[in-house]
Amino acid sequence: MENQEIILSVKDLEIKFDLRGQRLNAIRGVSLDLYKSESLAIVGESGSGKSVLVKSLMGLLDANGCISGGQILYGGQDLASFTNESQWLSVRGKEIAMVLQDPMTSLNPLKTIGAQIMEALTLHRGLAGAEAKAAAVEILRDVGIPEPERRAGQYPHEFSGGMRQRVVIAIAVACRPKILICDEPTTALDVTIQAQILHLLKDLKEKYDLTTVYITHDLGVVANVADRIAVMYAGDIVEIGTCEEVFYSPKHPYTWALLSSLPQLGVKGEDLYSIQGTPPNLFQPIAGDAFAPRNPQALKIDFVKRPPYFEVSPTHKARTWLLDPRAPKIDPPAHIQKLRGLRPLLDPELARLAEEGGMLHGE
Amino acid sequence: MLKYSLKRLGQSLISLFIITTIVFSLLRLMPIEGYFQNFDKLDDVQIEATLTTMGLRDPLLVQLKNFYVNLFQGDLGVSNIYRPHVPVLDIIAEKAPLSAAMGLGSMAIALALGLPLGIAMAKSKSRLGTGRRFLDKFWDKFGTAFIVFITAVPSAVYYLFIQLFFTDPSFLGLPMLFSESNPASWILPTLSLSLGNIAYYAMWLRRYMVDELNKDYIQLARAKGLPAKSIMRRHVFRNAFVPLIQYLPSSLLYTVAGSIYIESLYSVPGMGGLLVNVIQRQDNTMVQALVLIYSAIGIVGLLLGDLLMCAVDPRITFTKKGGAR
Repeated sequence: MENQEIILSVKDLEIKFDLRGQRLNAIRGVSLDLYKSESLAIVGESGSGKSVLVKSLMGLLDANGCISGGQILYGGQDLASFTNESQWLSVRGKEIAMVLQDPMTSLNPLKTIGAQIMEALTLHRGLAGAEAKAAAVEILRDVGIPEPERRAGQYPHEFSGGMRQRVVIAIAVACRPKILICDEPTTALDVTIQAQILHLLKDLKEKYDLTTVYITHDLGVVANVADRIAVMYAGDIVEIGTCEEVFYSPKHPYTWALLSSLPQLGVKGEDLYSIQGTPPNLFQPIAGDAFAPRNPQALKIDFVKRPPYFEVSPTHKARTWLLDPRAPKIDPPAHIQKLRGLRPLLDPELARLAEEGGMLHGE
Repeated sequence: MLKYSLKRLGQSLISLFIITTIVFSLLRLMPIEGYFQNFDKLDDVQIEATLTTMGLRDPLLVQLKNFYVNLFQGDLGVSNIYRPHVPVLDIIAEKAPLSAAMGLGSMAIALALGLPLGIAMAKSKSRLGTGRRFLDKFWDKFGTAFIVFITAVPSAVYYLFIQLFFTDPSFLGLPMLFSESNPASWILPTLSLSLGNIAYYAMWLRRYMVDELNKDYIQLARAKGLPAKSIMRRHVFRNAFVPLIQYLPSSLLYTVAGSIYIESLYSVPGMGGLLVNVIQRQDNTMVQALVLIYSAIGIVGLLLGDLLMCAVDPRITFTKKGGAR
């Protein structure tokens, strides 16, 4: 991974929101390298800043939000320094594209599917008329819409949820972006459709050599699609590593807690694990490790000084004092270690088979 | 679509028939003075003779049949009191165009000012990040103040103020009284007439546009790389205008009815207040003709509005299957 080309690099990014005169620190110094052609998943609970982080990459923050520090380096430019719309227009859709969460609402109900795809084609590829139409039909075929010629002339309400998400994906890839951001692409879909959409995204990634960023809180999705995982908490990436590393040797207590919440790790008849407490108030400055107040095993220093990143391996690092040589040795919860023995868990198909065989519930 | 249109047309005709029948029948209960100019000077025999010649002593159904037969020949009867022996249609043909011209002018102004005001106001709530926050905020505050003023203050008050203020010789000195041939005398009544609609269009357009702005597809349009201006025009405005479109035919047609207050304020010889006038003076033929015309306008307006609506909104379908969703 380390000898791969970096396509986008975020350095010490800080994003603040102005909410009724109060400053909300949504992103608190995030650094992240995105490698070409990789698939990165950003996970974390609601409000951890996942969406804000990726929106900032496209200049799509709400009007009351601003990048107050740091850099976003892409193609020799610092996107964080962009001030006007025309600068962003050179990136949006063309270089970085996005698939939104809810396909039921993310298409304009009064425009035909074809017109909505052609809009992007005209904008970025300069196609018009019959040429644009043909290209739109081609893309619809690519994303697996049957009878694309006829479907292109239809309106969103004539499509099912899964089909609409395919259309949204078609719009996103229409202009051959380098990076595709999928903001919870399957959350609003039912389970059978989820697998299809993930499959489609994987296919398109191969076909167009896309770099993909997934935002999700579904760890099943992560395991399915991601090469690397970044775990976010309270506007910061607390741990990042390859899929294997984060799942099988997590280092940050928050990652432990997050993985412990996996329903598959639960024991039949017992309540599922849930993390105690609530995420910190981002209006206040946070001293130390943001997760410390919810971490029963927090060290004293966790409340005082923000931990730096400790490198576990060249691809794996975590922001926790536990990795400091001087720290006491605290082992991850035992059931997390069970994950190592539960490789099939991460493959949904195998997980299903395993579940049928009753091997996941500790019986 | 065609089937639906025909069905709606049929329904409209039935409604119109029912309304006219009811109004016609009720008017038969009105005092008979309404058919005479000089009722007091006539004796019972003369009155009875006249009523018989007018066919008013026939059974109700016969009268109704005659009314419809005449109606289909384009004859709505003659006025008895308002302007004796002049055909009702002639009176209306003389007055309606004036009201309609003024009404259309005021609608044009209302659309030309109300829609941009609504758009400017909606921009202040836009999250598209177009900059110019200060200007947008100004238009929103200004528009809100204007809308609240127009809605809260009785129109008679500001109509009167406008007349006093702009006809003041030391200011603009516009003509106080309307005369068809003097273009300057059209300005004040037309403008006054448009104020209410400016506020109406601005208010609803702003509201619908803000609704649209908060929808997810706007996010997707931004992510696509569309400039904020195109998003505003092609997505937000276009979609927000759909709910307004339904009312356009009605307001357009109702301009014919004129405005009672404006027309009396500037002495415009239009339709405004004609119905009230003829009801007061018990000119029964005029009343039934006007009610027929007004209800026809109302029904046709609704019909056109519905048809227009389903022409612009593809989600509205009227097939047997139950349509969208």
